[in-house]
Amino acid sequence: MKFGVIRFPGSCDEVDALSACRRFADAELLWHADRDLHGADAVVVPGGFSYGDYLRAGAIARFSPVMESVEAFAREGGPVLGICNGFQVLCEAGLLPGALLPNVALRFVCRQVEVVVENPETPFTRACRRGERLSVPVKHTTGRFYAPRIAEEQVVLRYAPGHNPNGAMDDIAGVCNEAGNVMGLMPHPEHAVDPFTGSADGGRLFESLATHPGLGRSRSSLVGA
Amino acid sequence: MSPQAAAPHRELGLTDAEYEGIRERLGREPNALELAVFSLMWSEHCGYKHSKKLLRELPTEGPWVLMGPGENAGVVDVGDGLAVAFKVESHNHPSAVEPFQGAATGVGGILRDVFAVGARPIAVLDSLRFGELDSARSRYLFDWAVKGIGHYGNSIGVPTVGGEVYFEAPYEQNCLVNAMCVGIAPRERLIRSAAAGVGNRVVLLGARTGRDGIGGASVLASAELSDGDASKRPSVQIGDPFEESKLLECCLELLERASLRSLQDLGAAGLSSSSSEMASKGAVGIDLDVSRVPLREADMEPFEIMISESQERMLCVVEPEKLGEVLALCERWEVRATPIGEVTDTRRLRVFDGDEVVGDMPVEALVEACPLYDLEPEEPLESVYPDPPARLRGEAGPDEALVALLASGGVASKRFAFEQYDSIVGSRTVRRPSDADAAVLMLAPDGGRGALAVSIDGNGRRVACDPYVGSLEAVLECARNLACVGAEPLGLTNCLNFGNPEKPHVAWQLKRAVAGLRDACLALGVPIVGGNVSLYNEGGEGPIYPTPIVGMVGKLPDPAALPRIGFAEAGHTIALVGPFAPSLAGSELEKLRGRLARGLPPVDLAAQADALATVRRAVREGRLVSVHDVSEGGLACALAECCIAGGLGARVELARVEGASLFGEGPGGIVVAGPREAVESLEGAVAIGEVGGDALEIAGALSLPVSRLASVYEGAIPAAFA
Repeated sequence: MKFGVIRFPGSCDEVDALSACRRFADAELLWHADRDLHGADAVVVPGGFSYGDYLRAGAIARFSPVMESVEAFAREGGPVLGICNGFQVLCEAGLLPGALLPNVALRFVCRQVEVVVENPETPFTRACRRGERLSVPVKHTTGRFYAPRIAEEQVVLRYAPGHNPNGAMDDIAGVCNEAGNVMGLMPHPEHAVDPFTGSADGGRLFESLATHPGLGRSRSSLVGA
Repeated sequence: MSPQAAAPHRELGLTDAEYEGIRERLGREPNALELAVFSLMWSEHCGYKHSKKLLRELPTEGPWVLMGPGENAGVVDVGDGLAVAFKVESHNHPSAVEPFQGAATGVGGILRDVFAVGARPIAVLDSLRFGELDSARSRYLFDWAVKGIGHYGNSIGVPTVGGEVYFEAPYEQNCLVNAMCVGIAPRERLIRSAAAGVGNRVVLLGARTGRDGIGGASVLASAELSDGDASKRPSVQIGDPFEESKLLECCLELLERASLRSLQDLGAAGLSSSSSEMASKGAVGIDLDVSRVPLREADMEPFEIMISESQERMLCVVEPEKLGEVLALCERWEVRATPIGEVTDTRRLRVFDGDEVVGDMPVEALVEACPLYDLEPEEPLESVYPDPPARLRGEAGPDEALVALLASGGVASKRFAFEQYDSIVGSRTVRRPSDADAAVLMLAPDGGRGALAVSIDGNGRRVACDPYVGSLEAVLECARNLACVGAEPLGLTNCLNFGNPEKPHVAWQLKRAVAGLRDACLALGVPIVGGNVSLYNEGGEGPIYPTPIVGMVGKLPDPAALPRIGFAEAGHTIALVGPFAPSLAGSELEKLRGRLARGLPPVDLAAQADALATVRRAVREGRLVSVHDVSEGGLACALAECCIAGGLGARVELARVEGASLFGEGPGGIVVAGPREAVESLEGAVAIGEVGGDALEIAGALSLPVSRLASVYEGAIPAAFA
C-alpha cells in the first residue's frame, strides 16, 4: 500500500505527513506540476501555506496540474485525505462540502486539542471506535468550518466540548464527502504520531488507511466497498 | 533620500571626516551612487563602527566551532556529521515604525542568514520588549509584532519554539524585536560567503528588487527614533514568506547538489553590502550590472537598485559550466535567477548600467576601511532612568504580592503570544513553549542522535541596575534554562540592544555589558559564535534599558524522559538547588513597588557553573520529574508556575533555606521535584516541601488555590486586550 503526499510551493507539513505515512506503509512525495500520481493507493493533501495562502487559502493550489489527477482519482473512489491547508484545497476543489472561514478570534492558533470520532465507518477512521477521543494539535488562521447543511454521517470528527479552537459550526473538526472516500480535517494527525512529540493518536487515521483491505497492489475503489 | 541635496553626505549620516576619508580612498569625489553605497557600508548597522573594538574582547573559539563571527551565522559541530547554525538579529527600528512587517521581515532575515550557510532552519525564537501593557501604543506594537512573527514563521513552515516578552516604560517608543533562528545541516553541505574563482558568475536569486527598504540601514537602524516616524514607513521592507519558502528549498537543493561556490543573503544595504562583503572575504573584485537586475518598478535609478533592501533575495557565485543546471533548478522551484555579474581580480566593486560604469570602489575601502571609533564611557552619577510608577502598595501582604506579580507583564503567561506561533511543524519539537524552561528539538526523527535545547534570555531592567552583573546573569539564565532539560551549551549568539553609543553613559553600559558577557562565557566555557549590535535605540524620553539578549544552543543525549516545569504527582518532594542568594534589588517586586536599584549583588561564577553541572547530570540520569529555574518574581512565582503547569498544589516551608526570600531574585536557583530519594540525594539540594493538594501553601506566608493562581497568570495578558 502506498501513500502519495502532494507538495505544492509553500506546503509546510508535507515532509511530516510523508514521515507519518511511512510509519504505516510506503509513501512518496508528489510534485504539484506532475499529473502522475505514481501509483499511489491513497493521496494526502498536506498542510501549510500553498501559494502563500494568497488570494484565499487553497484557492490557487486547487488549480495545480496534480489536482486534476487527484480529482479524477477521487471520482473513481480513491481515498483522499486533506489536512488543514489540504482540507481548504479540497473544499476549494469542490471535493468536500462547505468552506473554512477565518477563526472567530481572527488569530492564528496552535494548540493541542481533543477531537471525538463521530463516524468510525470511513476508510480514514476504521481503526477508531465511535466516541473515541484523540489528542491532536491544530494550527491555523482559517479553520472555522461552515456548511449550509451537512448530513450527520459526513461529520467524521468533532472537537470535544470546550476544545473548539476556531468557532467551527457544530464543533466540526473533520468531514467527508457523501461517498465517504474524501476526508478533510483541520487538526494535524501527522503531528500526533509519536508520544515523544505530544501524542500518537493521529496515527490511527494513517493506520486506518494503511490496513484497509480494499487498498494496496492495484488502485481500487472504496465507493460501495 | 536625495543624493543631490547640499552636503548630501550629512543627510546620509556620514560625518565630514568620514566623507574626507572616502574622497581620499577614491582619489576623487564620490558620485551619488558611490556615496550612497559608502554611507550604508560605513553605517553603524553594517560597519559596527562603535562596537567592533569592544566585540573583539569576546571569546569566540572552541574545538567544536565550525564557523564563528563574520559568517552569515555561527556554526557548531554536534557530532554524527551534523552541524547546527544559529544567530540572533534585531529588527527594532522597523518594528517601532511598522510592527507587522518589521517583525515579519526580522524573521525572514534571520532565516536567510541560517540557510545562507547551508543549514535548514528548524526553529525560531524571539525576544520582544515593549512599553507597559496599559499603553495603547505598546499593545498595538506587541499585538502586530506577534502577528508579524507568526505570519512569516508559520507560513514558511519553521516552528517558533520559544522566546520572551517584557513590558517596561523605557521601551515605549523604541520597542525591541530580536529574532533567533537555529538550523541544522550535514557538515558537508555547509558553505561560506567568500566569493571565489575569477570569471565565475554572480547570480541574484529570489524576489524582484523594488524601492522598499531604501536606506533602511542608515535611516532607520543608525539613528535615534523621533516624531514623524510614520514618514519612515517606506524605509520598512515588506515580507513575502511564500517567496522565501521557495528560495529556501531551492537554495538547499542547490547546495545538496554542490552547484554553488558561495552564497550570501541580501539583508541591510542589499546588493551593496552582500557583494562587497563576498568580495572582501574572498579577496577578489566583483562587477555587477544593475541593468540586469529584475525590478518591480521600471524607472529605478542604479543607486536605488544597489541599496534596495527588498526581501527574499540571495546572491551566489556559480562556475560558468554549472550555470545551466543552477538556472534549471531555480526554474523548477519557480525562483527567479539572474546572472548579474562576475568575479574579477580587481579587488574593486564595479557597478555597470549596461556598458556604462556608474560606480567603481575599492572593496577594501568599503569593508575593512570603515572607520572604527573608541567609546568614551563614563559611569553616570545618577541613574539614567526614572523609577517605574508604583503599582503595589508597600504594606501589601505576600498573597497580594504574589497575585500582583503573576498578573504583571513580566511574569504572566505569554500563551497569548506563543499560541499564535506554529511550534510543532517539522516534527522535532519534544518540549513546546511553557512545557520546560528551554525548547527541545530532536536532531533525528527518532531522537536517536540526541536533541538540541534552545533558549533566549535577557533582562534589560537588571542590566540597567548593573550592566556588568545584569549581562552576566543573562548568560547564566540561558545556561540554566538549558541545564533544566539536561543540555550542555555549545555556543551562544547575542544581540546588543543599546542607546546612542556616542553618549558616555550608554558607552559605559555597553562596555560593562560586554565585560559581563565575556566573563560569564569564559566561566561556562561557551564560545560566542555570532551576533548583532543594535544601537541608537532611543525615543524622545531617553535610551531604552540596556538590553543584551543571549541565545544559546545546547545538546542533550536522550530526549526520552525529560522533566517538565509542572509538578506531576502528589507526594513528590520539592527541593531548591543552586547557589541562590536572592535580593530584592532589580526584582519584579521592587518594580511593582516603584523602585529601580543601582547595583546588583556580585555573582560567584564558579559556584554557578558547578550547580548547572549538578542539575544537568541529575536530569540526564532521569532522576527529576519537574524542574524550573527561579527567575522573575522569585521563588514564590517559580513555585506558583510549577503548580499552575501541573494543576497540582504544594506545601512548602522555607525555614531550612538560608536567606530565604519569597520574591527576591538572583541567579542560580532551581526548583526540582521528584521521588524523595532522588531529590534528597541531589548534591546541594534543600528539601522545601511536597507536591499535593489544590493550593500553594507557603508556611507562615501565603495560601492560594491553584485555580486562582492559574486564572490570574493565564488571564493577565488577554485581559489587557479585552
